[in-house]
Amino acid sequence: MSEAIEHPPATWEYAPAPESKDVVRLEDRYGLFIGGEFVEPKSGRYFATIDPSTEEPLAEVAEAGSEDVALAVEAARGASPAWQALAGSERAKYVFRIARQLQERAREFAVLESMNGGKPIKESRDVDLPLAAAHFFYYAGWADKLDYAFPGRSPRPIGVAGQIIPWNFPMLMAAWKLAPALATGNTVVLKPAETTPLTALLLAQVIQEAELPPGVVNIVTGAGATGAALVDADVDKIAFTGSTDVGKAIRRATAGTGKRLTLELGGKAANIVFEDAALDQAVEGVVNGIFFNQGHVCCAGSRLLVQEPVFDVLLGKLKDRLQTLRVGDPLDKNTDIGAINSRAQLDKITELVGSGVAEGAEIYQPECALPERGFWFRPTLFTGVSQSHRIAREEIFGPVLSILTFRTPEEAVEKANNTPYGLSAGIWSEKGSRILWMADRLRAGVVWANTFNRFDPTSPFGGYKESGFGREGGLHGLEPYLELDGGSR
Amino acid sequence: MSDDRLPVRRTAKLFIGGAFPRSESGRTYEVVAHDGRPLVHVARASRKDLREAVVDARGAQGPWAGMTAYLRGQILYRVAELMEGRRAQFEAELADAGAADPARGVSAAIDRWVWYAGWADKIAQVSGATNPVAGPYFNFTLPEPTGVVGIVAPGDQSLLGLVSRLAPAIVSGNTAVVIASEAAPMPAVTLAEVLSTSDVPPGVVNILMGVTAELVPWLAGHMDVNAIDVTGVPDDLLAEVTELSAENVKRVHRGPDVDPFSEAAQSPYEITGLTEFKTVWHPIGA
Amino acid sequence: MSQAAEIERSAPATPVASPAEASRLVARAPTVDAVGLEGRATSLATRSIKHDSKRRALELAIRCMDLTTLEGSDTAGKIVAICAKAVRPNPLDASIPAVAAVCLYPQLVPVAVEQLRGTGVAVASVAGGFPSGLGPLDARLREIAEVASAGADEIDIVLNRSLFLGGRYAEAFEELVAAREAAGSAHLKVILETGELGSYDRVRQASVLAMAAGADFIKTSTGKIGVNATLPTALCMMEAAREFHAQTGRRVGIKVAGGVRRSKQAIQYLVLVNETLGSSWMTPALFRIGASSLLNDVLMQLEKGTTGRYAGPDYFTID
Repeated sequence: MSEAIEHPPATWEYAPAPESKDVVRLEDRYGLFIGGEFVEPKSGRYFATIDPSTEEPLAEVAEAGSEDVALAVEAARGASPAWQALAGSERAKYVFRIARQLQERAREFAVLESMNGGKPIKESRDVDLPLAAAHFFYYAGWADKLDYAFPGRSPRPIGVAGQIIPWNFPMLMAAWKLAPALATGNTVVLKPAETTPLTALLLAQVIQEAELPPGVVNIVTGAGATGAALVDADVDKIAFTGSTDVGKAIRRATAGTGKRLTLELGGKAANIVFEDAALDQAVEGVVNGIFFNQGHVCCAGSRLLVQEPVFDVLLGKLKDRLQTLRVGDPLDKNTDIGAINSRAQLDKITELVGSGVAEGAEIYQPECALPERGFWFRPTLFTGVSQSHRIAREEIFGPVLSILTFRTPEEAVEKANNTPYGLSAGIWSEKGSRILWMADRLRAGVVWANTFNRFDPTSPFGGYKESGFGREGGLHGLEPYLELDGGSR
Repeated sequence: MSDDRLPVRRTAKLFIGGAFPRSESGRTYEVVAHDGRPLVHVARASRKDLREAVVDARGAQGPWAGMTAYLRGQILYRVAELMEGRRAQFEAELADAGAADPARGVSAAIDRWVWYAGWADKIAQVSGATNPVAGPYFNFTLPEPTGVVGIVAPGDQSLLGLVSRLAPAIVSGNTAVVIASEAAPMPAVTLAEVLSTSDVPPGVVNILMGVTAELVPWLAGHMDVNAIDVTGVPDDLLAEVTELSAENVKRVHRGPDVDPFSEAAQSPYEITGLTEFKTVWHPIGA
Repeated sequence: MSQAAEIERSAPATPVASPAEASRLVARAPTVDAVGLEGRATSLATRSIKHDSKRRALELAIRCMDLTTLEGSDTAGKIVAICAKAVRPNPLDASIPAVAAVCLYPQLVPVAVEQLRGTGVAVASVAGGFPSGLGPLDARLREIAEVASAGADEIDIVLNRSLFLGGRYAEAFEELVAAREAAGSAHLKVILETGELGSYDRVRQASVLAMAAGADFIKTSTGKIGVNATLPTALCMMEAAREFHAQTGRRVGIKVAGGVRRSKQAIQYLVLVNETLGSSWMTPALFRIGASSLLNDVLMQLEKGTTGRYAGPDYFTID
């Protein structure tokens, strides 16, 4: 350094800026939402749902058994004829009502989402909730325009849809599932994830306030067994978002039943940085790609492929950037990385990171203090990773980035596609023709060029290969909920 | 030349990677006409034959999908041209199979190639989209071939049924491993000969004859097959096939349950049933 | 540590490249993705700065402020008043620090030098044909030399956008090097006038050019055109400074100017500095905000922090 400041200024720490929890009113205990009302579970069982940042219980939630699931499906079945018969324009208005209510109560939902799931409030506030509301708003408008989406094919609802959603984006996934199903005239039984049921139950209140006919939306809480009961129940369609293993099990369980199926499963996305990329923005995109929502993102850019000439520069920038990530209280408005969703997920991440170290990859984690209680994991980089390492192949679903290098565009494509998954991919380059060449060859349902982890209700989302089938979002998100003349069986 | 000369019979062989091998197992099975008259012994594909077919289909898929849609359309149209020249043979084979109106069956099959050939450079326009996302991004969605497609040809209407499954599968850039109708494989054998003399590149279509009940589970369980068209799968096998397909999350596609001669039997949705949709984002900024 | 001590630096910067290399420097400047840059700036702008951290930020904003008046109507009387305000922003509260500098037109430099002598507040003058920089070169250089000899501690000059946008990088670079020489021991701030550059790529290139030519600071705007400092533009320049430091080991300061009127904006810029350049840049030696009306808004915010009551403008002196 050519000169030094004589008195280096002290670090400027941000004071805690917690979002108030006042806006949320929790019940001690939640029943199942069946036929428009909260009811006690026939199973008689309840389970505690916690705040993963403190491990403190938040409420007790009913565990739906097979009998409860059957009742919910019965309610959905009963509500189906009238809901199908309703004019599309009227259905639309119900869905618009939900969208508007979500906008009005967005902060309440966002706070609860962060309390129950551990995600930073800035994400639940600025991403999850606005997108959830937008999703309802977008699909509401389709309800009376389906003939324009499928000209001459008399689009008709399927009937009763069973929908099973994950814990990483509880409200957003509920919106992704409910909005197109309702707009197309289906009735629904929705099962939120075991660790994050609370915003779905708050959504049930919104659905009541929107005066949706009882039974059109039913919400049953529980764990895997509840989901399995829903898959086996008398539904016409299953829509599932979650792990590839469970997705395969559902495929087997529905085989030969005639139930329609869409699956949105895991991923191991490559985020590919070329030497001509706008590197400072690429660093932001890489960080957003893997550390957004603690890396609990099926489309996370968990494999970074860097063209060799910029490897050192990019790695340096990444390490510097990691130092500025703020890990901690999900409700602090300045938190970048919140709590890991559950003990089980933390154990899984820890185990896979251990395997990365054991297999000889080099680990980097910034210095940062972690809270004593709750589930936390430092943002983590691995260098010296090869394609054969578990951390380069298995979905970690945590804030862990595996970094590999490549020399040519062909090699980048080959490495990116060398996985059973195919959900998403990223390309960073300032050369337009190369971006289009890459986008054409990457076997992934979503390709982000010079950006990452962007979502929009108008934009279809879904995977290739073992990342699932069917699309959610956009015009393409309607088809999985419709019967069409001359359509495939 | 005298009319009572001894005709030269054809050996019915598999069609794999553009070649016509016998089954590596050396086995054949006898095909009889609808009236029980013995017709021919055809090669009976083994598990290894199926494996070879998938390898060749995989190898051919990238280049086939990489061709321009215009060119793929012309190549499929060329198949129709060549079929027209072998009408008599197809009609005779359909007659042997007991078709009510062989000529109509052949005509419809040829027309179906033409219909799907025309979709090659239109399907992306009809099924793709540009999406007005709420932000400074250009966002578009395009159909892409899913990869290697296994096709179980329907047993009835053995030519039209096969073409109705094959043409929409490959027009988008997929390659196919076809299991021909077990009872009436001869139109498929002839179609293979047509394909081999057309401009369809080797490996794009591979046709296996054999025992459906043993071939289909191998196909459904194959980890390098991306999708399976089960239109021709017997109902009693459907659940097993679907279960096996779960192992690599295969797309399971079943064509419409309609009269194969009807308008409803051909649809762009038969093409998109075997495509993926890819959505691409790019920022808009100066 | 006194304000002056913190600003005091060993020697002005010197060029690190030759004019012949200027074109190569510009060509090699990293490209900038506009949407990504703006997204990052927007995201940083949502940082919530509360309590002690807010008080520290507001005090730092004052200490980093170039209290500015650049009007054709400025008089000696106006300068006397603004200098008093610069030294004691709040006459009722001696704990409020002085600003970094008073920034004014060349003719008024002697007045400010007189008023500010011994206060630790620096005299900053625009020069070099401000704001267009399109007068005769010798006149512009003479102006720079004159304000330096009149006692200006810091000189804010403009990049020749005509040369730069015309692709005449070597000439633009040579002008900056000549200005650097003419400024003598005064610190040189080079105004890029980013509102005229048309793209972030150009902002980045201009930053590289100015830093290589020996600028002590790169500055966003003159305040004389419609587009002033913006968060993404400032972020773009900070990223350039970060890279320049990584490559040369030299820290170049950042000055945002024009349109910064509210405490909230000032805090947002400080967040950008903190999270892009790090705490070593959080000093008037390396970060400045050029502003006129910002000061009273910061004072009102500080007052609110002390009393818990929202303040009113009538309780703060206008200069």
